[in-house]
Amino acid sequence: MINGIDIVSVWVLDQDSAKEFYTEKLGFELTTDIKLDNGMRWLTVQPPGNTGQHFLLMDPSHSMLDEQTAATVRGLVAKGALSPGVMATSDCRGDYEELVKRGVEFTQPPAERPYGIEAILRDDSGNWFSFTERKQQW
Amino acid sequence: MTYRKADVSSLRMLRKARDRIDRDYCEEIAIAALASDAGYSREHFIRAFRAAYGDTPGRYRTRRRVERARELLRSANLTVTEICHLVGFTSVGTFTSRFSELTGMSPTRYRAEAAARGGPAPIPGCFVLMWETGLPDVAASPAAAGGQDRTSGEAGDPAGGVASGA
Repeated sequence: MINGIDIVSVWVLDQDSAKEFYTEKLGFELTTDIKLDNGMRWLTVQPPGNTGQHFLLMDPSHSMLDEQTAATVRGLVAKGALSPGVMATSDCRGDYEELVKRGVEFTQPPAERPYGIEAILRDDSGNWFSFTERKQQW
Repeated sequence: MTYRKADVSSLRMLRKARDRIDRDYCEEIAIAALASDAGYSREHFIRAFRAAYGDTPGRYRTRRRVERARELLRSANLTVTEICHLVGFTSVGTFTSRFSELTGMSPTRYRAEAAARGGPAPIPGCFVLMWETGLPDVAASPAAAGGQDRTSGEAGDPAGGVASGA
């Protein structure tokens, strides 16, 4: 039986900058940063608290993608078309204040929704995430 | 569609401009100011924005405002006039006509129908937002050059927003 999601792949435009953004601004922990024989840099981070859920921050230009596809993916990330998912928080408004102070960009401040309190966050590449404190019944 | 390396940095600047519209939709930010922050002339900015997102920045802002209005009409206990001003329109007439154009019914009717339908959909509102504000089919939109940027009657673009050139 499938019992979880270990790694979610996130396309980023620059791995050094993404590493800094996720660890220093969002407070994620670096879990792996190694260069594979095929030239791919395997860079993973996880939210603080050892959840066992990782983001694999991948550079399209050094991945399994051909050059043309990589360029397309880079364009889609840069224009803000992609969203890897929803980040969970236990204090959406408090974290929002703190992250804004650290220079994290939000396209929408925290707002009450039927399922909780939600803001919308951009990473340094252009990916957007829902940033949500869920109500228990949702 | 394929993007060249140089495109990525311009797309990034366009996205930042679009994020600013999303974030500060009710503020009076002139299109020319958004353009200069993104490193473009006003006319070039409007064309590039439209090529990337299928709509001119002024029209995009209108859609964002109408999308915000829809949410307020569904959830907030405010009058149509209050909502009109909250989302950045200065004239109720313009608000009603833009809203009807994009939604297919007037704000008053929209609110009545939303109430009749019952509660909101059980999915994250941000996904609804992303569907409602963008991204239209770029290929299907009219040629970028010389597009009309209809924002007259709204805050934010005193010049009226008609793209010159072409």
